[in-house]
Amino acid sequence: MHSEHREPLIRISKRQGMPFWRALGIRLIAVALALVVAAVVIFAIVHMNPIRVYLSMISGNFGTKKRIWYMLRDTAVLACIAIGLAPAFKMRFWNIGAEGQMLVGGIATAFFMINFAGKMPTPLLFVCMLLSALAFGAIWGWIPGFFKAKLNANETLFTLMLNYIAIQLTAYCVSKWENPFGSNTVGTINSQTKIGWIGNMFSKGNNGDFGWTVVIVLALAVLMYCYLSYTKHGYEIAVVGDSRNTARYAGIRVNRIYMRTMALSGAICGFAGFLAVSAVSRTISTSTAGGRGFTAIIVAWLAKMNPFIMILISALLTFLDKGAVQIATDYGLNEYASQIVTGIMLFFILGSEFFINYQLRFRGKHEKAEKGGAAA
Amino acid sequence: MSFLMSLPTLLHSAVIFGTVILFGAMGEILTEKGGNLNLGVPGIMYLGGIAGLCATFAYENVYCVRAGVSPNIAVCVILCLLATFLAAALGGLIYAFLTITLRTNQNVTGLTLTIFGSGIGNFFGGSLNKLAGGVGQVSVAATSEAFRAYPQGLVNALDRVTGSLGLGTLLFSYGFLTYVALALAIVLWYFLGKTRSGLSLRAVGENPATADAAGINVTKYKYLATCLGAGITGMGGTYYVMNYIRGTWENQGTIEALGWLAVALVIFATWKPLRSIWGSYLFGMLYWAYFYIPNLTRSSKELFKMLPYVVTLIVLLVVSLRRKKEDQPPASLGLPYFREER
Amino acid sequence: MDNENIQYAIQMKHITKRFGSVLANDDVDLELRRGEILSLLGENGSGKTTLMNMLGGIYYPDEGQIFINGEEVTIASPKDAFRCGIGMIHQHFKLIDVFTAAENIVLGLEGEKGKLNKEAIHKVIRDISDRYGFEIDPDQKVYNMSVSQKQTVEIVKVLYRGADILILDEPTAVLTPQETEKLFAVMRNMKADGKAIIIITHKLHEVLSVSDRVAVLRKGKYVGSVDTRDATRQSLSDMMVGRAVSLNIDCPKYDNPVDRLIVDHLSVRSKDGVLRLDDVSFTARDGEILGIAGIAGSGQKELLEAISGMQTLEEGSSITYIDPKTGEREALDRLDPLDIINLGVRMAFVPEDRFGMGLVGGMNIVENVKLRSFRRGRSIFTDQRFPQKQATQIVDELQVVTPDLNRTPLRRLSGGNVQKVLVGREIAGTPRVMMTAYAVRGLDINTSLTIYKLLTEQKMNGVAVIYVGEDLDVLLELCDRIMVLCGGKVSGIVDPRQVTKEQVGLMMTQLGGESDAQ
Repeated sequence: MHSEHREPLIRISKRQGMPFWRALGIRLIAVALALVVAAVVIFAIVHMNPIRVYLSMISGNFGTKKRIWYMLRDTAVLACIAIGLAPAFKMRFWNIGAEGQMLVGGIATAFFMINFAGKMPTPLLFVCMLLSALAFGAIWGWIPGFFKAKLNANETLFTLMLNYIAIQLTAYCVSKWENPFGSNTVGTINSQTKIGWIGNMFSKGNNGDFGWTVVIVLALAVLMYCYLSYTKHGYEIAVVGDSRNTARYAGIRVNRIYMRTMALSGAICGFAGFLAVSAVSRTISTSTAGGRGFTAIIVAWLAKMNPFIMILISALLTFLDKGAVQIATDYGLNEYASQIVTGIMLFFILGSEFFINYQLRFRGKHEKAEKGGAAA
Repeated sequence: MSFLMSLPTLLHSAVIFGTVILFGAMGEILTEKGGNLNLGVPGIMYLGGIAGLCATFAYENVYCVRAGVSPNIAVCVILCLLATFLAAALGGLIYAFLTITLRTNQNVTGLTLTIFGSGIGNFFGGSLNKLAGGVGQVSVAATSEAFRAYPQGLVNALDRVTGSLGLGTLLFSYGFLTYVALALAIVLWYFLGKTRSGLSLRAVGENPATADAAGINVTKYKYLATCLGAGITGMGGTYYVMNYIRGTWENQGTIEALGWLAVALVIFATWKPLRSIWGSYLFGMLYWAYFYIPNLTRSSKELFKMLPYVVTLIVLLVVSLRRKKEDQPPASLGLPYFREER
Repeated sequence: MDNENIQYAIQMKHITKRFGSVLANDDVDLELRRGEILSLLGENGSGKTTLMNMLGGIYYPDEGQIFINGEEVTIASPKDAFRCGIGMIHQHFKLIDVFTAAENIVLGLEGEKGKLNKEAIHKVIRDISDRYGFEIDPDQKVYNMSVSQKQTVEIVKVLYRGADILILDEPTAVLTPQETEKLFAVMRNMKADGKAIIIITHKLHEVLSVSDRVAVLRKGKYVGSVDTRDATRQSLSDMMVGRAVSLNIDCPKYDNPVDRLIVDHLSVRSKDGVLRLDDVSFTARDGEILGIAGIAGSGQKELLEAISGMQTLEEGSSITYIDPKTGEREALDRLDPLDIINLGVRMAFVPEDRFGMGLVGGMNIVENVKLRSFRRGRSIFTDQRFPQKQATQIVDELQVVTPDLNRTPLRRLSGGNVQKVLVGREIAGTPRVMMTAYAVRGLDINTSLTIYKLLTEQKMNGVAVIYVGEDLDVLLELCDRIMVLCGGKVSGIVDPRQVTKEQVGLMMTQLGGESDAQ
């Protein structure tokens, strides 16, 4: 039996909160560390001066007017999905199904663009596209909400499965609508008439700007912020998220909130699909969502359900993505480098949360830590 | 009728398809039994697949070519498996460190690992394709050959005896990893159900506080289950690369789709290794069924590919409906554990 | 005392443990002799469980030393505790539901790697059972077990590990009297076998009946120890409380109590089909505090939840509310909480598990106060100003100590302050019916007195108050009538002025009371 006074080497305890600037500082350090690690990885592969590599990343985002618009556009779409996830996550409902909800929204949009262009007044067409995208997304979100409410079916696994059902549904539609025949793609929809396209905001012609997309998503962020913070619905969602029993106690019908909120969440993801088809790619394919439904989950989580922070994180990830693609072009690599850099960045930001929420006390520094804690 | 006739061939493709996700599912079962829901399965399969491919490429196409020797089959296989396991387990280690030590959210961390892994896989895979002379070019012929080798004589003899049933082809015409997967499932079943360490691991996944109080090192078990599980999952990637697409690399995202299917299989099998064996072959049959049903249009084939996911959803619902205790996910699945929480 | 002759199984010296700013144990000394049963006595929150958890390896002391059989040891983990021969049976069972009894018993045992040898394990379990008189089926799954069976598994578990020092944390809280007797018999067998046992409890008659010595903690400090044969209920109670407390709770009379809530033939089943409430009937009146007494888990929780609309009732149950203005009778028995709110019935409910139900731990005070008022107005937005005003009022009037009304999550406040917020909010809703479950659990005496005062005020305002309590002294002084529950049935409804504490205690453990006020 030991007789010396032994204490564990490191003791971990929950922090009693941290000043905002310090938490921000920790996150910035994490981002900086991630950039350093990513630089080392890039250097190991291309043997280029990391500074020049990062300059090339910046040029990939801000080099030309077009690139800036692309960056803004992709930020907006990613943020839009994350905003859609926000109410579900606030309710502690793991909606992993944004990918699928976005795709079904895209299918609905493309359906109207393909089949009704020129057959109805364009404003009406837009209304149909929009409403059907919202409705499809809402249904796709409502289904797991319904089964969670009725059977307590695990929503993480349920929404995950629905993604792949949606992907196959998209594949089905693509082969139905393929154009030209045999290409197994839909091609640009209404490429001549541009009916059903959300066009430019500032410029005419083909020099695309994506002003509308950006403005719409900004507005959506404001709306979502107000919805979650100031409305009765938002309050109900927050209570359900913290304690289902307390919600029941207060007369909040939990099952109804699950279904309502998931329908809303799905509808906004469906709206992101609408944007992706009508304003961005003007086509539909199984990669219309392109994994962004998954990335948005991470964005929403890191932003702690705050829509404005979601926009910031989306911008950071889009910057990395565009930057890495630029490096790939400049140095003859393939574009998947961007996923590696994104992964590294996310690992670091995720890990940094630990140092915000917990504190470490090392053996021997006991007294000091205690005093430091008392002073703080 | 013609569908019945083609049943043996369907089964044959189903086994090859199924083995990929069987590896993935077994690794994930081990991980989830320890209470960690790792949504990084696709990423880990990418990591395993690309590491195996790169290692053998370096040996077979760089070292052997330069040295002017013909590749040693045993070295090929061992090198490949070792690289696969290490890379995949390393991916698992990143996930384990973040979720267990730094207590990050498991879903988010797993998804990040999937992004990271598919980035690594496709990045190096793309570069490898360039070196090999284009997408779909066989880069490691000898190794792939070794992975797919089977006793030709025995198979032919059996086929002759059993006639149109083709039992030889059906039972013995797969690469050795196919049987390793089967054996591993049985080992896993034995480990989880019949050994003390298995009992401890399940306890950690059910209720870590209780396991901790019983003197079980929760952190150690979680780390081991996650890393070993990732190593096994990674084998699925290598099986895909070596057996399924025969030593090439493609970046159509198939590994990712298979990875999610492996996650689905875990649910389908209700966290039971033996059930995952026939589950994986069933998934394979469902996936390939469209190929053997005559007169399907291309679009309806796409609908058929939905089947494995639909079936999994149904299983998920039935399990939730029946509420049988033995079929539920590990009770602490997805939750972090922190001893001094109060 | 002559140290030479006494052999100590455990000596704890100068043990101090803090949680943040809370001093849970302050320089505590405790000794356990070999072959004795020691009662560790103290009120709720006196630091008993914390102290024992440091022996069990759950917590690590900030200061102090622990000696086992005379040797200083470090207990940094439950494993270390096993190694020292200490086996702890926690209040909340640490069992795994989907495992069998045998699997739970051998869980985590070191040195025996490899295959589980079922036969050998079962044999050892049977040997232990025979030796001390347990009844146990090694193959039974825990989710099929009764509470007492689970406890048996816990005890066999530590014995299987060869523990010779047993710590039982409030083992009788969940047992019936018969089961308690069985447990005590087993404990005496173990003592005869040379084991040393610590039992944590705050029930004095149990202390007197089972233990050899009593050690008392008060507010985290060690008060002292006495031999049981030299102790009386009075002396122990004085040690535990510190001074002879006369509660002196006022129980003013309200003129003309009127029937407000009529519960008739109420039966409720739990999810797994067990009858939790069996044909319960009573009437709650304006201007009365109706006390509900009973051992923990006799259906109190289900009763209050059923009234507030959170339980599915069995056929034939009825709950009727009589509107004070119109005198109309409203049936509440098919309604959920929202229906009841929409009907205009103002019901207040202070549930037992505050954060599990009733409050939102992650939200600040204002947002928690909002829980009862967020539906105000027709706008889609919540009214921000009203709850702010209410919260400020509650904090001022009840002297809630909080760093910041709008920032600090409720979970960070102390138990007493949390309870004040909850009770304050419920009262702020100007209820007609007010229900409280263990409203003073874990609170200090001053806060408790505040709560009693508030409830009495409500009563005098004409509210029908239902008070579920555990302290019989308080129930007898505070309430106008007491309904005693026993196993989900009404054992009797009595007038507290006309019964003794002992009589009520008897009714709690067996159906049927002699006196009947109604």
